[in-house]
Amino acid sequence: MTSLAPPAPRGSTTTSAQGGRSGSVTWLALPAFLMFVAFAIIPLIGVLVLSFTQWDGIGDIHAAGFDSWRSVLRDPGLVHALWVTFLIMALSWAFQTPLSLLIGVYLATQSRFREILAVIYFVPLLLSSAALAITYKALLDPNFGLGAGLGIPLLQQDWLGRDNLALGVLVFVVSWQFIPFHSLIYQSAVRQIPKAMFEASEIDGAGRLRQFFSITLPQLKYTVITSSTLMVVGSLTFFDLIFVLTGGGPGDATRALALDMYKRGFQASLMGPASAIAVILVLVGLGLALLLRRLGGRDTTESQMEGV
Amino acid sequence: MERSILSRRNFLGLSMGAAAGVALAGCGSSGPSSSTGGGGSAGSASYWFLTGAPGEGIRTNTVNRFNQANPDSKITATTFQNDAYKTKIKTAIGAGQAPTVIWGWGGGTLRTYAQAGQVEDLTSWFGENAAVKDRLFPSSFGAATIDGKIYAMPAETVQPIVMFYNKRAFERIGAQPPQTWGDVMDLVPKFNAKGIAPFSLGGQSRWTNMMWLEFLFDRLGGSEVFQAVFDGQKDAWSNPASIQALTLVQDLVKQNGFIKGFSSITADSNADQALLYTGKAAMMLHGTWTYGGMAADGGDFVSSGSLGYMNFPPIDGGKGDVSDTVGNPGQYYSISSKATAEQKETAKKFFKDAVLADAEVKEWIDAGAVPIVKGTESAFGASKDADFLKFVYNTSANAKTFAQSWDQALSPTAAEKLLDNIAQLFQLKISPEKWAENMNGVIGQ
Repeated sequence: MTSLAPPAPRGSTTTSAQGGRSGSVTWLALPAFLMFVAFAIIPLIGVLVLSFTQWDGIGDIHAAGFDSWRSVLRDPGLVHALWVTFLIMALSWAFQTPLSLLIGVYLATQSRFREILAVIYFVPLLLSSAALAITYKALLDPNFGLGAGLGIPLLQQDWLGRDNLALGVLVFVVSWQFIPFHSLIYQSAVRQIPKAMFEASEIDGAGRLRQFFSITLPQLKYTVITSSTLMVVGSLTFFDLIFVLTGGGPGDATRALALDMYKRGFQASLMGPASAIAVILVLVGLGLALLLRRLGGRDTTESQMEGV
Repeated sequence: MERSILSRRNFLGLSMGAAAGVALAGCGSSGPSSSTGGGGSAGSASYWFLTGAPGEGIRTNTVNRFNQANPDSKITATTFQNDAYKTKIKTAIGAGQAPTVIWGWGGGTLRTYAQAGQVEDLTSWFGENAAVKDRLFPSSFGAATIDGKIYAMPAETVQPIVMFYNKRAFERIGAQPPQTWGDVMDLVPKFNAKGIAPFSLGGQSRWTNMMWLEFLFDRLGGSEVFQAVFDGQKDAWSNPASIQALTLVQDLVKQNGFIKGFSSITADSNADQALLYTGKAAMMLHGTWTYGGMAADGGDFVSSGSLGYMNFPPIDGGKGDVSDTVGNPGQYYSISSKATAEQKETAKKFFKDAVLADAEVKEWIDAGAVPIVKGTESAFGASKDADFLKFVYNTSANAKTFAQSWDQALSPTAAEKLLDNIAQLFQLKISPEKWAENMNGVIGQ
């Protein structure tokens, strides 16, 4: 789902700075905006309304005031689901960011086999999450999987049957799938760093490590924020992978918020509480996205190119 | 400046809303895109049912035979995969787009349809067509009856849950199949010592774990224990027999009674059956519907007679009747109350003339299943699975109580809570007392 969201436009304020052309731009945005109203705003309002009702998905919808909200907020399952969601988010961010950064920087250099490697790295992103989940599930099967087949004791763990292992596997598969995407973002950003900077630092006697930490990394600040926003907000909506890989198990060890919403709504026929969770999911995502933008500095017009 | 920040914020908010909205909406629409929707033209009725051999072929043949005999009032069939169907049918009924004939499992889900007035009351129809009713197993009507009214026609086959075992595995340790629960617990260390798991279990599917509780509750406290829950009695899950049953199952987990990694094995992939026929596990508590799969995938496992089967053993001091069984007493066909009068007539004609007609009965028997029609034993002799068919027939017909699977009998809300707590119980994350307390909270919901 992450890959579907467009990266937040970095220099969106420049449009109004140039002035005069905003009228035609508004008209160009109209078709997209209409789609948005039909498929985003209206369902969102629907979900909000449903969260104040009682509905089993089949019979009549009854107004129920704050009943759904009360039952959701009192349920210890919500705190657990939020915690699981947070863990997946934090761990997959911590795992993906350094790796994507390094691969991205490496792919931006002019080394041999770079293009071939770039293609190979990109393959996981092309696969559907459900197919990935089924494949990993088969590979990690404790009795018929890779470990049992090859007789390697290290691989013969109960990968999806223990709480921490299952969460770890989930983070690994998520990262394996999305690292290529974020590497691609970093690669293109690294290529935009002016060569003059590296040449100047070389004259000053900076080594590759020093160049990386003093030039590459600071220059990638906004890319890190963009990529992190996509990772963090995207990880809120992980559903298909968890649903197929662990089904929220073992027990409720990987029952993230999106899965909790589905289970309440479509398996337990409690559409009211499920809608309440959907609203919480929207609010959490919104809050996180805004927070990340704040972390990136209030003034996005500030230039990174001063002195170049 | 101000405006652009505002609109960006809105944009972000809207895109999040879209993501969540799509996630929620997307969940409801899993199913084949070829779905014809409900309704259909005036005279022709629609019918949705499940894919998967052998049922799909047999259901299709029944529809085809009916259509050939009734060119004026045809039935259009659409098939769905099991899990997709469960969501799809609920969504379709909720949207008033149900097919004329609704395929289902009866029990708690049928109750929600009936209470919403979405399915036809067939009580008077069965009264007028006593011949249709009288040839079916009486036990199959329990799950079709809500508050004294019949809302579905029982159909297809009876599927009790039985104890399967691998005779080769028992030969390897030189032991006999268990006669009591004490024997079961004695066998556990013996099998583990030989590197064979005592029991196969697809624990990720959760209802697989539930089958254990269904039998332990029954053997210890009798069928009344669950009946009290079903009837909505307060704190019915805290019955001493249920606490004892929950403790027994946790003991079995602690003694490594189940295959290593059982909580990550799903029943959908048939991995649990594979563990039994490959000899990695010695026994398996499962529905009789797995027999066909094991015969097809297990090489000579079934044909060489290595597959053993028996009813769940009694527990010393338990109050339950040893003949009691649990499972699917049948499958259930309902008629949508939103269908037109002509469609309803077609559906009733279909129930009367085509469903479980002689040709269909023969096809089920050939597939190794026992149709819910009385007096079919004589036809078993010709089948290569005659012994198994007789066993299933006798287990079902002689059962003092044939209880419906708990997750089907209870409402979807209570069933989901049940399955969640059962998964936790098998992970040893909650105590039997805590389990009972959690479950008492949803009694009667």
